[in-house]
Amino acid sequence: MMIRTALLAALFASAAPIAAETHRVEPGAGAAERLQEALILAAPGDTVELGEGRFVLTDGLSLDVDGVTVAGAGMDKTVLDFTGQQGAGEGLLVTSDNVTLRAFAVENPKGDGIKSKGADMIVYDGLRVEWTGGPKATNGAYGIYPVESTGVLVVNSEVIGASDAGIYVGQSRDITVRGNVVRFNVAGIEIENSRNALVERNVATRNTGGLLVFDLPGLPVMGGGNVILRGNAVSDNDTPNFAPPGNIVASVRRGTGVLVMANDGVLIENNAFENNPTAHVMVVAYAQPFGDARYNPHARNVIVGTNAFGRGGDDPQLDGREQLLAAFGGALPPVLWDGIAERADNGLKIAEGVTGWSLNLARPGQSLAEARPGPLMLTPVADWEFPEVGAPAALEARLK
Amino acid sequence: MKLGVALLAAAAALLSGTITARGAVPEAPRVHDSVVAGAGMPRTLSEFGFFADAARQVPSPGVVPYELKVPLWSDGADKLRFIYLPEGTQLTADGEGLLRFPVGAAIIKTFAFGEGPQRRLIETRVLLHRADDWTALPYRWNAEQTEAALALAGGRLDLVTPAGAAISYAIPNKNQCKTCHSKDGQVIPIGPKARNLSPNWLGDLRRQGRLAGDIAAAGRLPDWRTHATGPAQPLARAYLDVNCAHCHQPGGGASNSGLDLRWEQTDPHAIGIMKRPVAAGRGAGGHDFSVLPGRPEASNLLYRMDSAEPGIAMPELGKSSIDHDGVAVVRRWIAEMK
Repeated sequence: MMIRTALLAALFASAAPIAAETHRVEPGAGAAERLQEALILAAPGDTVELGEGRFVLTDGLSLDVDGVTVAGAGMDKTVLDFTGQQGAGEGLLVTSDNVTLRAFAVENPKGDGIKSKGADMIVYDGLRVEWTGGPKATNGAYGIYPVESTGVLVVNSEVIGASDAGIYVGQSRDITVRGNVVRFNVAGIEIENSRNALVERNVATRNTGGLLVFDLPGLPVMGGGNVILRGNAVSDNDTPNFAPPGNIVASVRRGTGVLVMANDGVLIENNAFENNPTAHVMVVAYAQPFGDARYNPHARNVIVGTNAFGRGGDDPQLDGREQLLAAFGGALPPVLWDGIAERADNGLKIAEGVTGWSLNLARPGQSLAEARPGPLMLTPVADWEFPEVGAPAALEARLK
Repeated sequence: MKLGVALLAAAAALLSGTITARGAVPEAPRVHDSVVAGAGMPRTLSEFGFFADAARQVPSPGVVPYELKVPLWSDGADKLRFIYLPEGTQLTADGEGLLRFPVGAAIIKTFAFGEGPQRRLIETRVLLHRADDWTALPYRWNAEQTEAALALAGGRLDLVTPAGAAISYAIPNKNQCKTCHSKDGQVIPIGPKARNLSPNWLGDLRRQGRLAGDIAAAGRLPDWRTHATGPAQPLARAYLDVNCAHCHQPGGGASNSGLDLRWEQTDPHAIGIMKRPVAAGRGAGGHDFSVLPGRPEASNLLYRMDSAEPGIAMPELGKSSIDHDGVAVVRRWIAEMK
């Protein structure tokens, strides 16, 4: 019996693939070159381990090998410092699949922080991306930036100071963004032109807008939807918009908790909203002209379920602020809808007890001058069906 | 008579001397096919044998120099371009697009600054067509100009461009090679498209039996040397195709922007006209559209071309200074646009 077990063990050992290697890179002289070389020479399954300390970098880093883990000693201990960056559009670019990024920080990149493009099944775990000079238009656009990917998990990370979105997931599907802290960004978290996204238990505070769900025209991937915003703390999003003009987020009003623009299927429930001075929740159609026949500018099947709505809407960045505040008794109710429904049966839905106001517009792109603001007159729905969404279980398994 | 004998003796000595010398001379320069097509990453450029005299950029037999009608601009570097085809193989022309290369072929490009005796070779990039894929490797020249060594992680050096800009010139790392040279995740060449090559050069190759296929579409791009005075539209579109479209096309590195700057793209929105910038960050520069007809100063595409600041500047790689000729052509194109 004993011999048999030993034999079996030996058999398994010999059949196992070549052991994955760990390549350790310490900060110090020549670190940039050593680190980039390690990222190039890593084999699938390998780990590139970053030592504790500050890596001073002048150029963007990139990873193009499948199945590699890049792990630091902690988001406050291992810092990739791009303050003196001279080239490339981001701090770290990942273009391979099945990559795990864990426990390090990226500071002051000139463009985006960490971008993964066409990188399926990626995990961002315990990272920090920060522009250390506070909110400024000269900061890079996105902190954590997965795009054109299937299978995205962003957890326990922190992004501070992005001049567009702290965590931005674009043109992707099967996404979970959980347990992150986003503050002092223009948009805290943005899900754009993406499907099947679960955004839960994040803290979005002191941004211009907390959580954004956008579907925009003219992009290779459109038709965003099936997005759940659940159990997030969205508070004090009162930082004046500092996005460089010309970007779509430059139009986000200071003091927005959640903003849904276009999309098919967004569920907002069990979140806690506090002190978002323009609106806790805003649901609108895409209002700009567009020439893309594939695009639907309406916000469809958006459900505002039960949420904890605290103080808010009391200092809105809106035209006619004084009249609006007077009309609504000093503070606007939590949900702002533009009133635009594609069809009678797929417009905004609210749960019992949700209050709001509507601009009572009729069609996308209609002038705000034609708005006829009034209380939200929707019949609450008792229940609804919404698909289960989120990152594949295989990504969650990597966290263990 | 005496003279005759002496001459004969001298001739014999010469002959024998020649024979001796031939025995001592190393073998004639040739490309090492097993190195080009093999799986390794040679530590030095000379291991490939692409050059008979590398410092002077004299190619080995089978290595053919070529030029492009519209070159990709890299801080004004002088570029020496070569292709290598293994014996018995040939290229295939495919309409006006990229030539198809046989396995074992290579594309070699050396970047140099300075004229005549002052010329300094900076780096040589090689693209190797191996059995599974193309492999891109960067080699950096030493200060003595005797050898170029593999620079997997890239590098930087300070230099002054022909336009007089003092810059930190960036040699790309291996991954950055792929950033530009990839489409749908595969590494591919960028430059040698029939439309950007001279019909004469292609015709010569065909006569030598080194090229198959129809070359009727060769040389369609305008000659960049006419940039100052030639019609703006074709020059601008050719410039954007050559300098930007390897990323800005479906399947390219910037596909998510939706901007498609290929020469063959005819949809005005796709090439940026009245198209809003996506994910541009401070690269948006306060401009609402990539190209606003008649308004170059309000066009984001030109704003980013006309910047050398990381985070704003386009292209993101291979550029540390502004290409004023390229900017002028694109400005003229947008200004003339109705």
